[in-house]
Amino acid sequence: MNGFIAVYLREMLILKYRFKRQLAGMAVSPLLYLITFGYAMGDLIRFGDQSYLHFLIPGLVAMASMTQSFSISTDINVARFYWNIFEEFQAAPISNLSYVAGEVLAGITRALLAVAVILLLGLPFGVVLHYGPVFWLAVVANSFVFASLAVAMAMLVKPHADQSLLTAFIITPMAFLGGTFFPLEKVPEWAQILLSCLPLTHASHAIRASALGQQAQLIDFLILLGAGCLFFWLALHSVNRARD
Amino acid sequence: MIKITKLEKSYGKVRAVDGIDLSVTPGELFAFLGPNGAGKTTTIRILTGLTRIGSGQVSIGGHDIETEPLAAKRLCGLVPQNINLDSELSVRENLDIHGRLFGMDAGRRKTKIEDLLAYVELADRTHSLVKQLSGGLKRRLMIARALMHEPRVLFLDEPTVGLDPAIRRRIWSLVKRVQQDGTTIFLTTHYIEEAEFLAGRVSFLDQGRIVATDTPENLMQQLGHWAIDRVNGEGMQTQYFQTREEATQFTTGQDGGFTLRRVHLEDAFLALTGKKVLS
Repeated sequence: MNGFIAVYLREMLILKYRFKRQLAGMAVSPLLYLITFGYAMGDLIRFGDQSYLHFLIPGLVAMASMTQSFSISTDINVARFYWNIFEEFQAAPISNLSYVAGEVLAGITRALLAVAVILLLGLPFGVVLHYGPVFWLAVVANSFVFASLAVAMAMLVKPHADQSLLTAFIITPMAFLGGTFFPLEKVPEWAQILLSCLPLTHASHAIRASALGQQAQLIDFLILLGAGCLFFWLALHSVNRARD
Repeated sequence: MIKITKLEKSYGKVRAVDGIDLSVTPGELFAFLGPNGAGKTTTIRILTGLTRIGSGQVSIGGHDIETEPLAAKRLCGLVPQNINLDSELSVRENLDIHGRLFGMDAGRRKTKIEDLLAYVELADRTHSLVKQLSGGLKRRLMIARALMHEPRVLFLDEPTVGLDPAIRRRIWSLVKRVQQDGTTIFLTTHYIEEAEFLAGRVSFLDQGRIVATDTPENLMQQLGHWAIDRVNGEGMQTQYFQTREEATQFTTGQDGGFTLRRVHLEDAFLALTGKKVLS
């Protein structure tokens, strides 16, 4: 437990020192999407009887919670191979569970911060959505999935350049195809089946449904929980592999 | 305090550690001396849990590092070769995180941080960011951090590498002080004078094997006390003598330049392995 708090606290202290830069970084992409799709193209695209922003903002929330929670992968990788800070954790009497849980919670915290930034940026656009407990639960579940995956990847993928490839080949395509910018019903059935295998698709469903005041599907939460547990388990086991 | 039995570690076909047997007693300041690539860092990484054991057994304070890793780690402090402080955090925050990792409560952490920063003469830098410190100050902070949880064994992997001679001396006196306060110290170095000055016992390590273990004095005495270096057509040649008189008598009536000096550990290492530590 002490180890878990130490790992988490370290990440929070670093976040504190980088807070302004981090916040600005979190705001850039969502702001551009909101301006592009809200002002510039807002009248051209409709989502049922509501504006496209009603569809887009929950999608941005899903995307940001994914990218921000996954971004801890780069920080862990840099800390491990460039600053050798990971050795401090390896030499300490803490369990793999404490280490992974601390890092995953740090990823979730970062994701929650990014979501708060999007919701604040969305206010001037006058879009009213529901941000109740189910909405936040879906955000946390999505962040848990990708923060766990991030820790596993930081342990398994050594070169820093390959970390960028992970983002380029896994995270970026998922960000665009996981039900964030368009409804899956618009793509062919075979593509729908493929895209329904992505955790982000289920996160988008759950987040959007709760934000629009609809009933979120239990299956989406179960899939997120299952993927999260699988990646968390992978992260736990990959910490041992990092000893060489 | 440290018991190593038939320790082996390979990376592919390269044997980094090749059958090391060793015991270090409580309170001892023990040094591993050898050239780069001899297996010093791999050994220390295995002892501190950073690298998986290949085969063999290691126990620290009676705890096997494979079956009781957390118990063994609680007894150890590590100052690795590379600076691995959190450069974005302050001096105090680095120590505080370390204390938390070792389960120290808030009161004990606070007291210990104050004591240690005074001990390593960094009290005036408590709130400085680590990235603002010089290399020597960072080394002192790393030693303070490793002592934070009051380890019974302190592992120092090349603690003065890259530091200038004056700062190196300050680190040495700090290390001596830590040992005098009762901590067992396991040191790796490729600096001859560091091993001579600090260590009670030294192991020569070459190609993953221990070639000799003894006190620095005994290792040197096997050759004699005095040495004469002479350059001739075959290169540098060294001869050893028990007394200064014998050595000076040897040079009488001979042509060429001689250098008379005391025997040091490098000579013993060269005699046993056929190579220099800093080759």
